[in-house]
Amino acid sequence: MKYINEMTLRFKSYSANESFARSAVAAFCVQINPTLDEVIDIKTAVSEAVTNCVVHAYPTHAGMVEIWVGLTEDTAYITVSDSGIGISNPARAREPFFTTKPEQERSGMGFTVIESFMDSLELLKTTGGGTTVKMSKKLGGGLNCQSMTIQSA
Amino acid sequence: MNVQSKTINNTLYISISGELDEHTAEYARLTLDGQLHSLSHNQVIIDLNALSFMDSTGVGVLIGRYKKLKERNVPVFVCNPSPHADKIFKLTNLYEIMPRIN
Repeated sequence: MKYINEMTLRFKSYSANESFARSAVAAFCVQINPTLDEVIDIKTAVSEAVTNCVVHAYPTHAGMVEIWVGLTEDTAYITVSDSGIGISNPARAREPFFTTKPEQERSGMGFTVIESFMDSLELLKTTGGGTTVKMSKKLGGGLNCQSMTIQSA
Repeated sequence: MNVQSKTINNTLYISISGELDEHTAEYARLTLDGQLHSLSHNQVIIDLNALSFMDSTGVGVLIGRYKKLKERNVPVFVCNPSPHADKIFKLTNLYEIMPRIN
């Protein structure tokens, strides 16, 4: 895959970083001219993936979260990776309303939200433990002024 | 995020503003429960007009409040969702337990 731009963010799995992470990813994606609806879809999907790291991957202590974004001319590819405890049953985790923490008023809809708001979702085991959430979304709804954006960048 | 409320004719109006996510969820729970504990209301209307962002953690917060009110037979309604909140509500069937009113 040839990307026109890429970036990586690394931060501690503190909930205070969720707003920063989703806003940073959304701002990075703006250069391929998404619609406002597409921007908020990406923010929501990133928020869900980062919440998984904060709540599930590192239940007892904060660990590092790494977000990578690769952009082609019309698609954002995003991975959110942790080195936490991993997901024992990924298929089950993706089922709507399934949660391992019902006592915490968890909706169990995180992966369902990502699946609905993005075009693709994969759950991978990170080397050495942990989880990588890999997702993508075509951002074709915006004004096509890609060449101008790149030249002025 | 911020939560404000007012009572008019036994209806509790609650306005949630800002971002409702994992970071603000606990504050939202505590604040909402503090305002919902009165037994004098016969319905609750949650105004989402100023809610700029919510994810599935926010859905969990709202379902939790709904369950507490249901024990007291107090119905909950929502109004003024953004297109984003509307999408989340539809996806998670939240309107089935807290219907949208205008």
